Amino acid sequence: MSKVLVVTSGKGGVGKTTTTAALGAALAQRGDKVVVVDFDVGLRNLDLVMGAERRVVFDLINVVQGVAKLPQALIRDKRLENLWLLPASQTRDKDALTEEGVGSVISDLRSRFDWVICDSPAGIERGASMAMRFADEAVIVTNPEVSSVRDSDRIIGMLDSKTVRAERGERVEKHILITRYDPARASRGEMLTIDDILEILATPLLGIIPESQDVLKASNVGTPVTLSNADGAPARAYMDAAKRLCGENIRMSVPSEKKGFMDRLLRRRAA
Amino acid sequence: MSMGLLRLLRGKKASAPVARERLQILLAHERGMRGQPDLLGVLREEILAVVSKHVKLDPTKVIVRLERGDEVSTLEVDIEVPNDFERKRVAVA
Repeated sequence: MSKVLVVTSGKGGVGKTTTTAALGAALAQRGDKVVVVDFDVGLRNLDLVMGAERRVVFDLINVVQGVAKLPQALIRDKRLENLWLLPASQTRDKDALTEEGVGSVISDLRSRFDWVICDSPAGIERGASMAMRFADEAVIVTNPEVSSVRDSDRIIGMLDSKTVRAERGERVEKHILITRYDPARASRGEMLTIDDILEILATPLLGIIPESQDVLKASNVGTPVTLSNADGAPARAYMDAAKRLCGENIRMSVPSEKKGFMDRLLRRRAA
Repeated sequence: MSMGLLRLLRGKKASAPVARERLQILLAHERGMRGQPDLLGVLREEILAVVSKHVKLDPTKVIVRLERGDEVSTLEVDIEVPNDFERKRVAVA
């Protein structure tokens, strides 16, 4: 059975696109057939983070408007044969996303893939509401910081009222994914803790992605972080989150970097 | 315990509990407002309609402000009335 998952946040820069690429790759690595769809019309970036920026010919808007057929616009990942990308348009504006058009593309994608992962733009405008409109489940990406938590709360309110499921009296299954988490700062009382965030948002936790240089390195080279450094802390955290999405019961923890003796020694000196 | 002790030694106050408390208060308020019509907008329109029955007003000179305090909130209505309003008075039926 296929699932439509929206990756959303309200606030910009919290890691929606990184998360879409990483979860998409992680689910494909497990053997599921996955498509990641960029809804950030005008400011597309999922193609760049996935390393497919030079292979874009047609995009979501072309398919919505019937200019191109869906198979022509889908880009197959070069590393994972189960992973596909439907890019956003760079030139059109977001008003080109009609509800009927998006609905028919989503239902076509549902028939071809196990997972349809929609990368929402920031904000609460048309692009964001279209990205969540047909979702069965939602990953709300949240940083441990007041403005991000506030915007997540607003997005949760929209998921509970503005989606097709909500209008039918059904629920969109919601998950919080905390990114850029720094356990040391949280334990010193400098950063909201996981418990603080979950209590405030009253939504279950999907995973905790620690702050790490791996994330920037992965986007620099255009590879989902679960592929670029599979042993790194964020990759393991995203793999665990993907397993939980599939219903596996994985103990919640904050993966940390595996450090050698020299690393520890140097770090201690530097501190 | 160790966290508190560490802070005591450094003489610094943790900021995360402040963030948590501010968020809880703010979100409790915002959730209550969700889906509600814009209260201040409605008040402004109705106050304007009532006062306009008796005095000619410039609609842009009617300002409605809500200040939220810890215990009580104050609703401030600021209506600028022209000095010669007596002569411009609208006839009351």
